[in-house]
Amino acid sequence: MQHSLQTPRERLVVVGNGMAGIRTLEDLLAKAPGRYDITVFGAEPHPNYNRIMLSPVLAGEKTFDQIVLNGLDWYEANGITLLTGDRVESIDRVQRTVTAMSGRAVAYDKLLIATGSNPFVIPVPGATLPGVVGFRDLADVDAMLEAAARGGRAVVIGGGLLGLEAANGLKVKGMDVTVVHLMDTLMERQLDRSAGTLLQRELERRGIAVLTGADTAEIVGDGRVTGVRLKDGQVLPADLVVMAVGIRPNLALGKAAGLACGRGIQVDDAMVTSDPAILAVGECVEHRGQTYGLVAPLFEMARVAADRLAGGTEAAYTGSVTSTKLKVTGVDVFSAGDFSGGKDCEDITFRDAARGVYKRVVLKGNRILGAVLYGDTRDGGWYFQMLKDGQDVAAIRDTLVFGQGYQGGGAASPGAALAALPDSAEICGCNGVCKGTIVTAITEKGLTSLDEVRAHTKASASCGSCTGQVEQLLALTLGDGYQAQTGPKPMCKCTDRTHDEARRAIAMLELKSIPDVMQALEWTTPDGCASCRPALNYYLMCAWPGEYKDDSRSRFVNERMHANIQKDGTYSVVPRMWGGLTTSAELRAIADVVDKFAIPTVKVTGGQRIDLFGVKKEDLPAVWADLNAAGMVSGHAYAKGLRTVKTCVGSEWCRFGTQDSTALGVKLERLTWGSWTPHKVKLAVSGCPRNCAEATIKDLGVVCVDSGYELHVGGNGGMHVRACDLLVKVDTEEEVLEYTGAFMQLYREEARYLERTAPWLERVGLAYLKQRLVDDPKGRTSLNARFLFSQSFSQDDPWAERASGATDRHEFSLLAEVG
Amino acid sequence: MHQMIKWTAVGTIDDIPRQGARCVKAGDTKVAVFRTADDRIFALEDRCPHKNGPLSQGIVHAGRVTCPLHNWVISLETGRAEGADEGQTNSYPVKIEDQTIYVALGAI
Repeated sequence: MQHSLQTPRERLVVVGNGMAGIRTLEDLLAKAPGRYDITVFGAEPHPNYNRIMLSPVLAGEKTFDQIVLNGLDWYEANGITLLTGDRVESIDRVQRTVTAMSGRAVAYDKLLIATGSNPFVIPVPGATLPGVVGFRDLADVDAMLEAAARGGRAVVIGGGLLGLEAANGLKVKGMDVTVVHLMDTLMERQLDRSAGTLLQRELERRGIAVLTGADTAEIVGDGRVTGVRLKDGQVLPADLVVMAVGIRPNLALGKAAGLACGRGIQVDDAMVTSDPAILAVGECVEHRGQTYGLVAPLFEMARVAADRLAGGTEAAYTGSVTSTKLKVTGVDVFSAGDFSGGKDCEDITFRDAARGVYKRVVLKGNRILGAVLYGDTRDGGWYFQMLKDGQDVAAIRDTLVFGQGYQGGGAASPGAALAALPDSAEICGCNGVCKGTIVTAITEKGLTSLDEVRAHTKASASCGSCTGQVEQLLALTLGDGYQAQTGPKPMCKCTDRTHDEARRAIAMLELKSIPDVMQALEWTTPDGCASCRPALNYYLMCAWPGEYKDDSRSRFVNERMHANIQKDGTYSVVPRMWGGLTTSAELRAIADVVDKFAIPTVKVTGGQRIDLFGVKKEDLPAVWADLNAAGMVSGHAYAKGLRTVKTCVGSEWCRFGTQDSTALGVKLERLTWGSWTPHKVKLAVSGCPRNCAEATIKDLGVVCVDSGYELHVGGNGGMHVRACDLLVKVDTEEEVLEYTGAFMQLYREEARYLERTAPWLERVGLAYLKQRLVDDPKGRTSLNARFLFSQSFSQDDPWAERASGATDRHEFSLLAEVG
Repeated sequence: MHQMIKWTAVGTIDDIPRQGARCVKAGDTKVAVFRTADDRIFALEDRCPHKNGPLSQGIVHAGRVTCPLHNWVISLETGRAEGADEGQTNSYPVKIEDQTIYVALGAI
């Protein structure tokens, strides 16, 4: 019998049916399907479409149907109420309702504002005349197409990204087009003067007139636009004027509701406005003083908002570094970062006038600060990746500007640059899709066309400027697919996939349950085996901390029972003794338990604690309850996880001790206990180089010296004895703790299931661990942060949960006794 | 000649977790009642033919259980060891009526 109570679902209202709002819903539905009753208001009378692709629609390269992102069937299939053509006019934050133009009022528990932006209309006389349009939505495009059908002249005010795309589209449609730009060079926010000038020449070659340094004074016309007068007195005749001077966050609704607003609706890192029930995403928001008008940041915001709406408490948006590509067919322009130059900056520039190629990479202290590419933008993603990673480029500086295909001295072949990119390199900036994701999808799902790749990965599905690269990846991957399969072994007989492949797929395809993994990777057995299920359970737990629910049926008996099974089917019980310390009270409680349950054998372990052997399964909860009552918790002596932190007495008592090794051991154990890892993990801290705690045959051992702490890793005292390698020497306990967290997390994320640290270290190399943990302080900090995040979900005593009868009660009792 | 089978009700399907097992004590014998991912029910003596490991504590997968002691794989249907290992544990007929599980405990 089920006694679950049917609680009514929370109501989520989304104001804005654009890319940011709907992407948030897509992410939310993936994370927490069915959590909300969802209503979406859209001011435009359409389903959600790809606003970035309005330029190709204007240029006649695409139809509207081709840029629809979510058709009406999507809303229906997800139970979303869509109200289009009905603009929300007000929010009642006390009653928690929104009211639309039509008078319709809808109540919410959570409100998401995604009202986007409005084109900025320069305040000159005549700005509202018929024939003056913005370039923002489908209605604008229709108006432009209508005007273009009549022919005549168009003036585009604004020589930025949108203005140039509009100008190009109108030119293609047969109008005489003049671009009026206030600044001296086109796209001055994205391009330096050299690239801007090259771009201007190219547009002029296409027959588009460009006036720079031109300030609009008035739009002239009597009842309808007839021209544009500039401040220098020049009048440009026009039948159509497109205002594309920029966008302004559409904050009217938020402002009227009394939400804190600056240039946009102000949100914190959780995308929450000044009202905790109201979130906002997209172009309408101001985050840390910044507003954004490109799609990649909006999608990053959407991901965070979705996580928060799904009940997450950790996801945070911290701002975006953006890159830009122009979507004008045949004009390849790329820019990223800061290329304004200045003090301490260096420029590396490459020009090939005949081919119309210009590349400029701006460096500061051997790191890429910005890049501008014109004419050949293939390496944009490569530079952008290094920029975001803050990679030191000193070693490749000589050939940096020639691009990735020329690194390492090899001759460049078509696709070489792409083939040389690491899996982590971002191919699709809009959707944040890496090369590895695309390749994995192609191989694992047997994809053969661009459309399939788009459907599965979303790569090239937004602005489309990476389409060429995605096509090349298809060619590269399918070409290789014909080669004989070599390389690492499959996980088990249930699959051809290796551990690493399964793991990658879990992360990249966002697989969140064992059946999902088996389905996506085409497992050949219905529910796996005793080899792959525990591995997948671990990988999922590691990938989705706090989100994935542990599958106890895919645990080995010891981890399911939280005790060690013995040869006769009884169990052994080991309470935790922090750093090997105990007290008379704990010892007394242990003695009482031994007597009360007639436990036959009591043994001191090698990990400095006490093991109680021969406990009957049905006695386990009662044994645990008694140990809990004395303040003891599970020692996880059964876990592929943190076992013990062995210590010597150190400076507190020992005449040779250099540091307080016992206290440090306790801190390390408090930090790491409860963590699940690919295999068991043992730590130790020795108070001096005499190393009485045998720290140099542990997974991670600390040897205290006068001047600090040596960290040794990858040791093993078991079947194959291996002494640790020295990873690093640090000065403070804080550093020891951070390195330990980072080391644990790196091992958790990258070692294969059942691979101890020793073989893992030998497989990947000490140099790699040093690179990740020592040479990369930022990486170390973020590994440690991920470890701490994961630990926030894992440090509950499993014994207490079971002793209370709250968890797995059925494990400890008979189904029936008969006869 | 038709022999009467004595069926013993031991519990309901919902008493056993999917991909799990629970035990029935019948005199000196322990019988493990398994439930597979697709809700099939099997009953085996809770003793691996190898070293008497408690099969009820193993991982259940695709009509088999892997013994927790030394990873022998035992067929739930026949009780026979699979692969290179040889041995067989006792299996008991099972029937389900209205969610109730009946095991023919005397059938060996």
